[in-house]
Amino acid sequence: MIEIKKMVVKVSGKTILDGINLTVKPGEVVAIMGPNGSGKSTLAYALAGHPKYEISNFQFPISNKKKKNNWIIKLDGKRIDDKSPDERAKAGLFLANQYPMSIPGLGIYSFLWQTWKKRSQISDFRSQKDPKVMSLVEFRKYVVELAQSLNLNLELLGRSLNDGFSGGEKKKMEILQMLVFSPKYLVLDEIDSGLDVDALKIIAQSVAKVAKEKNIGVLVITHYNRILKYLPADKVVILEKGKIIKTGGKKLAEEIEEIGYGKI
Amino acid sequence: MAKYKYGFFMPEDNVFKAKRGLDESVVRIISNIKKEPEWMLDNRLAAYQKFLKMKMPSWGADLSGIDFANIFYYVKASQKTEKNWNDVPADIKTTYDRLGIPEAEKEYLGGVKAQYESEVVYGSLMKRFSDLGIIFCGMDEALEKYPKLVKEYFGTLIPMGDNKFAALNTAVWSGGSFIYVPKNVKVDMPLQAYFRINSANMGQFERTLMIIDEGAFVHYVEGCSAPVYSESSIHSAVVEIFVKKGARCRYTTIQNWSTNVYNLVTKRAKVETDGVMEWIDGNLGSKITMKYPSVVLVGQRAHGEILSVAVAGRGQHQDAGGKCIHLAPDTTSRIISKSISMKRGRASYRGMIMMAPGAKNARSKVVCDALILDKKSRSDTYPVNKINESEVTLEHEATVSKIGEEQIFYLMSRGFTDHEAEAMIINGFIEPIVKELPMEYSVELNRLINLQMEGSVG
Repeated sequence: MIEIKKMVVKVSGKTILDGINLTVKPGEVVAIMGPNGSGKSTLAYALAGHPKYEISNFQFPISNKKKKNNWIIKLDGKRIDDKSPDERAKAGLFLANQYPMSIPGLGIYSFLWQTWKKRSQISDFRSQKDPKVMSLVEFRKYVVELAQSLNLNLELLGRSLNDGFSGGEKKKMEILQMLVFSPKYLVLDEIDSGLDVDALKIIAQSVAKVAKEKNIGVLVITHYNRILKYLPADKVVILEKGKIIKTGGKKLAEEIEEIGYGKI
Repeated sequence: MAKYKYGFFMPEDNVFKAKRGLDESVVRIISNIKKEPEWMLDNRLAAYQKFLKMKMPSWGADLSGIDFANIFYYVKASQKTEKNWNDVPADIKTTYDRLGIPEAEKEYLGGVKAQYESEVVYGSLMKRFSDLGIIFCGMDEALEKYPKLVKEYFGTLIPMGDNKFAALNTAVWSGGSFIYVPKNVKVDMPLQAYFRINSANMGQFERTLMIIDEGAFVHYVEGCSAPVYSESSIHSAVVEIFVKKGARCRYTTIQNWSTNVYNLVTKRAKVETDGVMEWIDGNLGSKITMKYPSVVLVGQRAHGEILSVAVAGRGQHQDAGGKCIHLAPDTTSRIISKSISMKRGRASYRGMIMMAPGAKNARSKVVCDALILDKKSRSDTYPVNKINESEVTLEHEATVSKIGEEQIFYLMSRGFTDHEAEAMIINGFIEPIVKELPMEYSVELNRLINLQMEGSVG
């Protein structure tokens, strides 16, 4: 379970999130919705450990942060808010970025292979494939299968990571990385922005399927309800001006679709 | 001097080292020991006079630290075997260990042993080459066995007065390779100086001459990506290459001298009709490098290519680039230069494109990309274009970038540490050059850059 306790997040001294309490259980899909500027993406970055996002606790000033009981984020009972992004990833957290970076010259197969090897060193690696017996050739086949399931242009796999990719291709690449990585918890940061209907459907269904199969806890950050049609949320949380203003079930998302954030 | 099989010099018991500093007697002694023909001695003496008269370059890196009077200009191979493994600096030993270099090679690279034990491999290869009519031997041996060929080409492309260091090399040269590839012979594997590395070849003033006859192809690889420890502070080589009609030559260099060395090298290739010359140049080591491999495109449709990568770390200045001189119609050239500067290091790109009157339809493209890893490091670009023909195309692109915090975070969120993330970005940056290297070099280059970033090298 991901547990967030009274989390305050500041960027350059400015408070963006103000006292967030939230949990995501294994296998649970939690949607975070809210208008632009409500702090949705900040929540994603703060969870993943981006250095620009300064996390503190509502009750305890930053100076007391190191104290044992002053935890802010826990993953399966272990504190992670004092950990670096790579350590959080190794704990099983995967962030699918809203704006994935391009890394020219970093070949995709090579990158995915390194990701796979890194992740497979961790005891709770949940891939269906056994990392001990997979050769590089088999791994390439496996990646091709995953890419095909996402209807990703296979020609792209021969390129550098996200280099010259369209917005939609980058988003599919995020999901492909996620499938290889096999996380315990997945944060989707506006994965639906800039996607056409077909791509959105493929991505959302693929996430829903793998989350169910492997009991992955998913935090879906989105502006719109449409992704939730294919990736049904168990819980919907509405953020506004850095605070959670409402929590509900699937119906809450539908309501927002009809009447907008202003009336909630 | 006793000759080793396949052109190696056998270490001898009687040790000789010319006195410190340079005068006419030193030049005469070198020529005398090598039992050279009269014309080569005259050539050396004339070059020595040029060297005295010529000024130090007024541009480029700071060479004021060179003390010409305090250098040994000629040391016989055997002299170098007297060094003890304990004398090799600890950081270099550590690097050898981390690269997993075998003991025998370590001792060679560290300058402890003059001879790398590769005679058997080398022997069978040499037979294959000679069956094809290829000549591949040391310059000293070539002068003895093929004097006419050497005399016809030696110093005709890089005359002794080309620059002060070319004059110095011509006066005191020793070692280097001689290669002749006959018409239409295509060598399917790289000729590697690595197989025959010995003290003569890795000398301070090596001289290399290559003649690639019509329609032939060869790939020559020199140098070594593992750090090479040298006690002498100056390395000044001259490389002349003649690419005949329809021939192609690729010359790959990986330089990783220890950081006490001034590496001042003149390299030039003359390319005839439909010929192709490719320089692939990696500069990792040395205190200062000044090196601008050049192509002189004299025949129609001749093509020249210079791909270079330079890494400048603590206390280093890599001043590298290339020159393309278009003298004929429809000639084409391309320069791709990638530099990385870190830990107060400085990397400069210095390049020249010249298009002479009559070089109609000549085309050239220059791309130089610099990556600066911290605020204290530096990168500069000095491009010069001399265009004297109107119907030509010239493109120039230059970028300077830093490793973005967002890129690092992105890779870290995939489970990679900050060092691993940086290394992935850097290796990606130089990938367009690295992919052109023979595999063992590219693997080692990547690992070396990773090591350097961790601060364990240099």
